Formats: sequence, structure tokens, C-alpha cells
Amino acid sequence: MNKRLIPLIAFLLLAAFFAKGLFLNPREVPSPFIGKPAPAFRLPEVGNPVKTFGPEEMRGQVWMLNVWAPWCVSCRQEHGVLMQLQAQGVKLVGLNWKDKDREAAALLARLGSPYLSTVEDLDGRVGIDYGVTGTPETFVIDKSGIIRFKQTGPITEEVWKEKLEPMLKELAR
Amino acid sequence: MIPELGHFALILALLLALVQSTLPLIGAQTGNARFLAVARPAARAQFLFVCLAYACLVTAFLQNDFSVRNVAMNSFSQLPAVYRFTASWGSHEGSMLLWTLILAFWTMAVSVLSRRLPEDMAARVIGIMGLVSVGFLAFLIFTSNPFDRLLPAPMDGRDLNPLLQDPGMVLHPPMLYMGYVGFSGAFAFAIAALLSGKLDAAWARWSRPWTVVAWTFLTMGIALGSWWAYIELGWGGWWFWDPTENASFMPWLAGTALIHSLAVTEKRGAFKSWTVLLAITAFSLSLRGPFLVRSGVLSSVHAFATDPARGAFILGFLVVVIGGSLLLYALRAPTMLGSARFSAFSRESLLLVNNVVLVSALGSVLLGTLYPLFLDALGMGKISVGAPYFNAVFVPLMVPVLFLMAVGPLTRWKGASLPDMAVRLRLAFAVAVVAAVAVPLAAGEFKPWVSLGVGLAVWIVFGVALGFADRLKHGGTLFALPRGFWGMQLAHLSMAIGIVGIALVSGYESERNVKMAVGDTAQLAGYTFTFKGAEAYEGPNFHAARGHLVVTSKGGSEFVLRPEKRLYNAGGMPMTEAGINYGVLRDIYVAMGEEIEPQVWTIRLFYKPFIDWLWFAAGLMALGGALAASDRRYRIALKDKGAA
Repeated sequence: MNKRLIPLIAFLLLAAFFAKGLFLNPREVPSPFIGKPAPAFRLPEVGNPVKTFGPEEMRGQVWMLNVWAPWCVSCRQEHGVLMQLQAQGVKLVGLNWKDKDREAAALLARLGSPYLSTVEDLDGRVGIDYGVTGTPETFVIDKSGIIRFKQTGPITEEVWKEKLEPMLKELAR
Repeated sequence: MIPELGHFALILALLLALVQSTLPLIGAQTGNARFLAVARPAARAQFLFVCLAYACLVTAFLQNDFSVRNVAMNSFSQLPAVYRFTASWGSHEGSMLLWTLILAFWTMAVSVLSRRLPEDMAARVIGIMGLVSVGFLAFLIFTSNPFDRLLPAPMDGRDLNPLLQDPGMVLHPPMLYMGYVGFSGAFAFAIAALLSGKLDAAWARWSRPWTVVAWTFLTMGIALGSWWAYIELGWGGWWFWDPTENASFMPWLAGTALIHSLAVTEKRGAFKSWTVLLAITAFSLSLRGPFLVRSGVLSSVHAFATDPARGAFILGFLVVVIGGSLLLYALRAPTMLGSARFSAFSRESLLLVNNVVLVSALGSVLLGTLYPLFLDALGMGKISVGAPYFNAVFVPLMVPVLFLMAVGPLTRWKGASLPDMAVRLRLAFAVAVVAAVAVPLAAGEFKPWVSLGVGLAVWIVFGVALGFADRLKHGGTLFALPRGFWGMQLAHLSMAIGIVGIALVSGYESERNVKMAVGDTAQLAGYTFTFKGAEAYEGPNFHAARGHLVVTSKGGSEFVLRPEKRLYNAGGMPMTEAGINYGVLRDIYVAMGEEIEPQVWTIRLFYKPFIDWLWFAAGLMALGGALAASDRRYRIALKDKGAA
């Protein structure tokens, strides 16, 4: 074979990969938890540690577990959208992740809480069970307690309109 | 009205580019002089209309015309005028228009400065650049029209990405694009030579200044980007091996190899087909840059517009341009065997090693950048390749290049004596070894990479000094030496300076993350930082908290740093502006974290020894490039050709 064809062949191979790459999204890291039952936990509620919450209480309902923290800037950004969702009747449970300074209760009192319940995962153990890599992350959990979707990063209006809202409608049927 | 004018100007420019890319090439193949004569006027008219389009875009930005989608998405009424101007290339559409404008500018420059070239060569070069213009203009008009209207017009814009609101960002993209697009010159010359079958010393000589100029701009563009990241991102880092940084670094490596290979082709007539391949590679990598960034194939902090339709268009374009030129190379290159002979130890052989190693380094960066894509495309999982890979692979590859950098310029063409060279360089070697041991020990901690870096730097400095001594041996003055020689030596010297910076900052930087209330102090690297509080202030389009820190050195001298944490009004995106005290031997760098309680902040403190040597080296390197490109030889050579 003519060795001067090697650069051309190498380039065409590369181009084939690029073509394939156009239809992949490098940002979407699939969670291995999708399609699996939401890991069980029982944690005290923020501001009212006597009361506890576990995901089995939501059985029969479509809900979202929102992992957040008071020190997280994008969670603050997301907060406004979550408040609107709550007003629309979306069932949100907050997992207050690694809040070492215990600021969550004061913050929610000031800004308003979009959650049915917010629980405290002080040492981040439950976060590990859910494979949380950072905040905010939101898990969509269906009526039978199966994780159906994971949103990494804040829920913006676009994300809600394009991904979450249709999915929640579908699951609620 | 003005945006429509701009749109119309773009369409006219596309038509002109079509003329520019067909008639001259046909004329050159068939010897039709009237077709050949179309090249220059078409190129200049195309430039004029792209200029007009760009002026229309800038006007829309300056006048806050939010009925233009591009303006509405990337500008804001409170944005200062200078950033409204730079916002014109802050978006995907705008940056592609800037790219097209610079391409038209380079073509126009070729049309003006090629009067001494043979008519068919000049026409081919302009025609090929016109082909590239056609691709970009069509891309703009069909997939990324910067003049699209948004009706009804919004009241206000979404603001320019705050990351881009920085003086470093004003110049970074144009410089980078001047470099990327500049390689289109070297590329067009190579393709023209393949088409005509005349791959000779004259071709190499014409290509050299264009290549060096492009490389110079790329050097400055990369350095500005690095400096910007250092100031703006608040982490004290200056290179992240981010896919987009790599996209600019790869053409730089190819361009560096090309400059050296062109020297051999011009002086000795060797490495011809290798040089052609490098010219194609350098420009291919430049073209691949926007594809990788804009198409969303790779995830990057820079990827601010992703759209598969655009990606598909660019990919098709890449296949035509790069695939076409590589096919031409495969068909034409074998007929041009080099005849020059050289021995195993000669300047040619050392430059060959330089090229092989630089291309291997380029390959390692390319592999690291694309590896996640390969795995993903093959369904083998999602991974990311980070700095540890690049540092482990790239840095050791650079060692032989740097070692030979001192030897190469001292070695004669065709053949030299290795024992003689060893004798000449033994003092340099001894001093380099001593410095490699002494400097890290004096710094307090022996680190092998620092030692190697310092040793290589001293070694290169000696090489440069011996090079000047050689040239002045038979009399003459320093300033009578050719600019090409000065340029090469300054570029090599700047590598030595840059290595010192990189080695020392990587080896001895230190940082602390502290929580500070008013009056608190923290210690780092012998400096005492006292937090005096933070005050709120209003910027033109943001509000900010500005910290006030007093830093006292061991010697008792005192200075104030004012790092900022900004919240931009549109979008509410937080940004850090680091407070930096620059110094020849070290930077003291402070960035504000979060306000935990009122007037209690987390603050990041950095001690960055010798980091400014890096930016200085980049500036010196660019100066070297400018000198080399302006060497009299190229101008005289052009004139001789014209007289003949």
C-alpha cells in the first residue's frame, strides 16, 4: 500500500469518530442507579430532629429527591425554580448534604422552603448510597420507588420544561 | 436595517469568494491569464464586504439593538462600551464571523504582498484561501447567521458571559484567530505547490514568514488565554489541559515543527513532503479547533454553543478540506523526493529529531484530548482525561527537544563532529549540572523536576550565548546580525525563561484556604495576610464585595490586595477577580471565596514563585517571531524573484 495514503486514512478514521461523537453527549454521565430502587434511609428532619423521614413514605407517589447544601451557589440559583415547582404541586424532598455549619434551617426560614420535608445527611453517607458527586443533583423517583432519572446541576426553567415536566407527567399516569 | 445590510454583505462576500476560489485555480491549471488576474481583486472585494458585515455587527452591539438575537443573547444595556464591542466576538456566531474576517484579511495581505510571486502561484494561493472562505461564509449564512432577528425584541439583553468581561479576553480571541487562520497561508502555499508540482526552496522561502507570523500570533493568543485563566478563574492555575486549550496548543506544536522543517527545506532542499504534511496538519488542527469547541463533541468549559447541525456542517467541511488536501498529498507528494544528503550528526538530523519529538508530543496531546470521545463512540464508557496524563506523557517528551535546542543551532548543516561539539559544550554542561543541583537546594527542597528544568534552562542559555559568539567571531556587531538569527535565539532563550517559570512555580507554589474574620491574620510562605474586611460596591453591570487585605513580607514591606467577588446583574453569575501583587520572583495571589457569616469570608491565599517568567517568556517568544518574520532576506528574496 502507498504509505502516503496513511495520513488520509488516519484522518478519515478520526472523522468517523467525530461523526459518531456528534450524536453523543459528553456531559451526560448516566447514573448506575437509574432503574434501580431508591436506596432506603431514615434521617432526621432539618430543624426538627425528632421527626424522621424515609423514602418508603412516598410509595405510590411520583416525587423528586433534591440534593442541596446551604453553601452551594447553584443550589441558591435553583431555589427560585423549586419554589415555583412547589407552587405547582410538585413533590420535592430535600436532602441537605454535608451541612457542617447547620445553616439549612435558618436559610429555609428566610428564603422559604420548597420541600415537603428536608432531611439532614450530615456526614454524607446517604449521598454516597445515591452516588452523589456534588450539589445540586435531583433524582426523579416513581410510584414504586424506582429511580427514573438523575439531573446533575441546577434545575433551570429549561430543564424543567424540556425534561422533568414531561417525565413527571408520564410517570404520574 | 443595519443588520440586514450586514447579512446582505455576507451573501455578496460568499459570491465573491466563490469567484475567488474557482476562476484563479482554473486559470492556473489552463494558463488563462484573464482568469488568473481575477484572484487579487476578488480577494480584496471579499475582504471589503466581510469588513462591512463585521462593522454592521459591531454597530448592532454598540447601539444595543436587542432585536438581533445575537445581541440579545450576548449583550446587556449596562455593559460598558468596550465589552459591548468585544461581545461582538463573544458568541458562537460572532466568533465565526471574526474568524471569517481574519481569513479575508490574511487573503488580502497575501494579495498585496505577493506581487513578486509568479502569477500562477499567487493565484493558486489566493484561490485556495478563497475555498476556505467559501466554507466559512456558507457556514455563517446557513447555520449561524449573526444577524438573525428576534421579534418581538426583548427589553434587555442576557449579558455577555461574565467570564469574558476581562481585559485579557479583549485580545485573546482575535490573537488566537490570527494564529489559527494565519496557518491558512502556509497551508495554501503547500497546496499550491502540490498543484503546480514545484516544491522547491523558493516555495519554502515564501511560506516561512507567513508561518512564523501565524505562529507568533498563536503564541500570544495562548499566553493571553493562560494569563486570563490565571486572573479570572480564581484558582491560581495557568494551564488546565482543557480540550479547548489543547485545541490551541496542538496547532502551536505543529506550527513549531513546521517552522523548523521549513528551515531545512529552504536551506537544504530536504524534508519536502514532510514539510507539506506538517503545513496541512497545522492548518487542519486549526480548523479542528472550532469543530471541537463548537460542536459539543468534547465537553469543555469553553463550549458555550453546541448544536449538532453546526457540528455536522463543520465536519463535512473538514472532510472536504483536510481529506481533499491529504488525498492531493497522497497523489502528488511521491514525485518530489528530496535529494539532499546529510550525516547522522548534522543540523538536519537534529532538526529531524526535533520534528519527530514535537509530532509525538502533538500526538500524545491529541490522543489525550480525543480518548474520551473514542471510548464513548465505541460504547466503552465515559471517562475524562486530565492533567496527570498530560503531565506524565507530555513533559518527558519535551526533555530531548529542550536538550537539543542548545545543540542544534551550533551544529553545521550536512555534517558536524560530535567530539568537537562535546568539547565546546562541556563548560555549559558542567554549569547546567551545578545549577540543577544548587538551585533546588537553595530553594530549600530538592525536587527532581525542578532540578531538571533549571539544568535545561541554563544549558539552553549557554547554547544561545555560544550561538552569538559564533556569529561574532569574525567581527561585526550584535545589531548587524540578521533578524532571523535574533528571532531564533530570542525564541530559544524565551523557552529557557519559560522553563524556569514552569519548574519553579510547579515545584514551590503553596496555597492555603482560610476562614477570615475582620482583623484575622494568616501566614503563607513568610508573608502575613491581615483581613481588614470587605466592602460592597457597585460596578457598571454588577455588584461586588471587595476585600481588603494587608500583606506584610518577612522583610517588613507592606502592600494591599483587593480581591473581588462579583455578582453580575443579568444572570446572577458569581465571578472572582483575584487580587494579585506581581513580582519578578513571586506573585502573591488572593481570591475571595464565600461570605460565611457577615464579614467572615473563606479566602484562598496563593504564593506563586516565578510565575511571571512564563508571561515574560511568551512575550519574548512573540518578539522573536516578529523579528524572524521581518528578516530582510524574505523581502530581498521576493524582489529578486520579481526582477528575474
